[in-house]
Amino acid sequence: MSLDNAPDAAFNEALIKEVLEQYPEKAAKKRGRHLNVKKTDDAGSSSCGVKSNIKSVPGVMTIRGCAYAGSKGVVWGPVKDMVHISHGPVGCGHYSWSQRRNYFNGTVGIDSFVTMQVTSDFQERDIVFGGDKNLEKMIDELNVLFPLNKGISIQSECPIGLIGDDIEAVAKKKHKETGKTIVPVRCEGFRGVSQSLGHHIANDAIRDWVFEKSKPEWETGPYDVNLIADYNIGGDAWPSRKLLEEMGLRVVGMWSGDATLAEMERAPKAKLNLIHCYRSMNYICRHMEEKYNIPWVEYNFFGPSQIAKSLRKIASQFDETIQANAEKVIAKYEGLVADVLAKFKPRLEGKKVMLYVGGLRPRHVANAYDDLGMTIVGTGYEFGHNDDYQRTTDYVKEGTLIYDDVSGFELEQFIEKIRPDLVGSGIKEKYATQKMGVPFRQMHSWDYSGPYHGYDGFAIFARDMDLAINSPIWSKFKAPWKAA
Amino acid sequence: MPQSADKIKDHISLFKEPEYLELFATKKAQFECRPTDDVVAAQVEYTKTWEYREKNFAREIATINPAKACQPLGAVFVAAGFEGTLPYVHGSQGCVAYFRSHLARHFKEAVPIVADSMTEDAAVFGGLANIVEGLQNAYTLYKPKMIVVSTTCMAEVIGDDLSAFIATAKEKESVPADFPVPFAHTPSFVGSHTTGYDNQMKGILSYFWDRESQLTGTAGEKINIIPGFDGYAVANNREIKRYLDTMGVDYTFIGDVSDVYDTPSDGEYRMYDGGTTLDDTRAAINAKATIGLQEYCSLKTLEYVATKGQQTAAFNYPMGIGATDAFLMKVSELTGKAIPASIEKERGRLVDAITDSQAWLHGKKFAVFGDPDFCLSMAAFLMEMGAEPTHVLATNGGKDWEAKAKALLASSPFGASGQVWAGKDLWHLRSLLFTEPTDFIIGSSYGKYLEKDTGIPLIRMTFPIFDRHHHHRFPTFGYQGALRVLVEILDRVFEVADESDISFDLTR
Repeated sequence: MSLDNAPDAAFNEALIKEVLEQYPEKAAKKRGRHLNVKKTDDAGSSSCGVKSNIKSVPGVMTIRGCAYAGSKGVVWGPVKDMVHISHGPVGCGHYSWSQRRNYFNGTVGIDSFVTMQVTSDFQERDIVFGGDKNLEKMIDELNVLFPLNKGISIQSECPIGLIGDDIEAVAKKKHKETGKTIVPVRCEGFRGVSQSLGHHIANDAIRDWVFEKSKPEWETGPYDVNLIADYNIGGDAWPSRKLLEEMGLRVVGMWSGDATLAEMERAPKAKLNLIHCYRSMNYICRHMEEKYNIPWVEYNFFGPSQIAKSLRKIASQFDETIQANAEKVIAKYEGLVADVLAKFKPRLEGKKVMLYVGGLRPRHVANAYDDLGMTIVGTGYEFGHNDDYQRTTDYVKEGTLIYDDVSGFELEQFIEKIRPDLVGSGIKEKYATQKMGVPFRQMHSWDYSGPYHGYDGFAIFARDMDLAINSPIWSKFKAPWKAA
Repeated sequence: MPQSADKIKDHISLFKEPEYLELFATKKAQFECRPTDDVVAAQVEYTKTWEYREKNFAREIATINPAKACQPLGAVFVAAGFEGTLPYVHGSQGCVAYFRSHLARHFKEAVPIVADSMTEDAAVFGGLANIVEGLQNAYTLYKPKMIVVSTTCMAEVIGDDLSAFIATAKEKESVPADFPVPFAHTPSFVGSHTTGYDNQMKGILSYFWDRESQLTGTAGEKINIIPGFDGYAVANNREIKRYLDTMGVDYTFIGDVSDVYDTPSDGEYRMYDGGTTLDDTRAAINAKATIGLQEYCSLKTLEYVATKGQQTAAFNYPMGIGATDAFLMKVSELTGKAIPASIEKERGRLVDAITDSQAWLHGKKFAVFGDPDFCLSMAAFLMEMGAEPTHVLATNGGKDWEAKAKALLASSPFGASGQVWAGKDLWHLRSLLFTEPTDFIIGSSYGKYLEKDTGIPLIRMTFPIFDRHHHHRFPTFGYQGALRVLVEILDRVFEVADESDISFDLTR
């Protein structure tokens, strides 16, 4: 990588100052804590230098979502053989209906319910009189219409907590009556500061209402692992699973992309938890470690260097057979990796990338870009915590611009001034960026492409970055009669 | 190995490769504990029966795949249609992330909206501090000409008073005292996005008309157009304006997103572009009349407008021959401007096209779902072409709408077999399509699940359209729009015919 593409710390610091000057004083002070550049001190200690997981500033156009999005949208929604009730008014379930692209195999409305919008559609009378009675009735109705469901989750929307409904009591009663798993989740959108608390609450619900209520029968094997926190967006978890199986591991549970309830119930029987999205499921891994003595390992299946590193790291938890298999797997894909790099690296080398995404990607994809010769010049998390930013220091270069819970205003200014070759963020950021003439890929939904995980996914990732940056359309933005 | 650099396979083809099919089969057999294929197949068949339909229609609480969104979505859509206006939502921030994403996915445009991010403390103490700070930040950073405030259900449940809060924010100089901040309470647990549209439109008009503007006492010559919530607004508004310009009518199009949600790519991001000017909005109080293009998006608004002494008229989505005729004749009646020969010729060309093609549509059965106004005009247009609207379903349709839709079907022999389904959802429609099938479905992208399950082809004609690109950039209103609707329906009819080897005709 050429040095002139390295992030420019002084420029970035000046840019932060310039942006903050445009805020009212109070907001500038608040936002100032969330913007910085990555630095390493003389003792060699690196920091992103930002505060995180703090309330968003009103009126600045935060890009964040809510706890409901973190629970229903992220953690629970993909569990395919359960019906997930969006409990409250119609909107939340409507806007999140089929938007995460959590792929699965199954028959919708029969034994799988991922792409359905099931809601109690609260009316004014429910706000006034409470929704518990109707919730009971609704659970009965769902069991009649969807008899093959393995369970029901109740995803609370804002009003539930405000009107004092007791959804836990309903869950207990219905569980007793039907024997089926009923999971009440207190993920009202006003709780916490972002999606993040929703993940945590959803994790706790798995602990309390799945683990505590089930006694799975399972003949354990020495190589049983859970693949945790891969939501199978565009099919991500499948190439990941393929790699693990190829190295001789038995994936007994896949969470929660393409997951069945049985795979969740069985998890405490595994030997090791492998966690991809640390942010959204570290809680349940820590719980399984404490309660069931199951160690957990973070891994990263974006891009060949991280994949190889992760395969070796995972293998190191097992015996020599698995370790030898890991080397075989890495060797097996060497040809594919070389071909992909030969094809795309010359087209992408030296390109500057800005990211602004969710749970793990602001750091996890960085090395995949490095593999292609591209440089991350700015990155930030919608709902990261301090531990995310600490982990990020291992991934990004000195001087990289860091922005936590960035506002629309800040992001536009940063993009306009830095003029990266590519921005990776979400649907809300996509069109403003493209209008500026800056190539863009949605890095939540893979822009309707994917999978991006594993070696099979890396080829698609490389192709997609190339087609975004090297599209001929960018040269047509200026009318020829206006071109200088 | 399934993947190669030469021919990179993404999800569309990768997961058909044998390695993945084997992975799926193993996962299913060893780890998933799903019901057996026989049990699944039996349930699939059972859901197609009348017995299942009866169970399905017996439910009282569960709402499954409803074709409606919530109030604030309609409110922010209204707000976006004004010059330099920033929609602002008082309440939880997650809702705003959803509205922005939802509209961006359909229009493929940036959708700037701010939230004031109320959290647990605001739930206890109320959201006054949020609105005071939020208005100041939004005003300073985004430099709007107007901020329009609506609410999420959180703010509504705790009973925040927008009028008092905004007044306090102005006292605290969050925004200048004379800066327009119209508002509407838009609880998600009442009505749907069409209700929110109505409430917010009334909120904006009453802000200007009751506080700022004066009735001059003599009605002007202008007419106002209020379009309603329309995913095709970008093209439809322009088409309506073309007609009005052609007729020489002086008008104000109130809440016009046509340029807002259709900005060019030329290197500049326009956060604000187009929209009804605030001056025009103020002056609109003195119009001669106001026409709502969608009755169920402007019930309260038109009632309010009438209190200002204006004539009002409401239409149900002017799509099709009769609906366009009625709209143009009303405009002509109100303004005294004749419908020119050029428009009459357009009409003639549409009638000509339908005459050429009607044989392919005569007697074909359609299920139509969508917003109340869309359903009415779509059903009416189908009947004009000799097709039969068999199921007409609006999840957000009420009793009035139901009566109106029934009367519409009763007005034509082609509606004789038609049934109206107010307040029902797309899981109800699934049962209807299995037990009383149609030849085609007309609706939004959400209809693709019905198409997959029932095998009945879907024609995408209404918001939201997420899985096809740019449909909304071409009009469905007026005679030209009707022609486009006709062609889309015909294309699907011919595609179905082409599925047969024998009937694979070159000429039709």
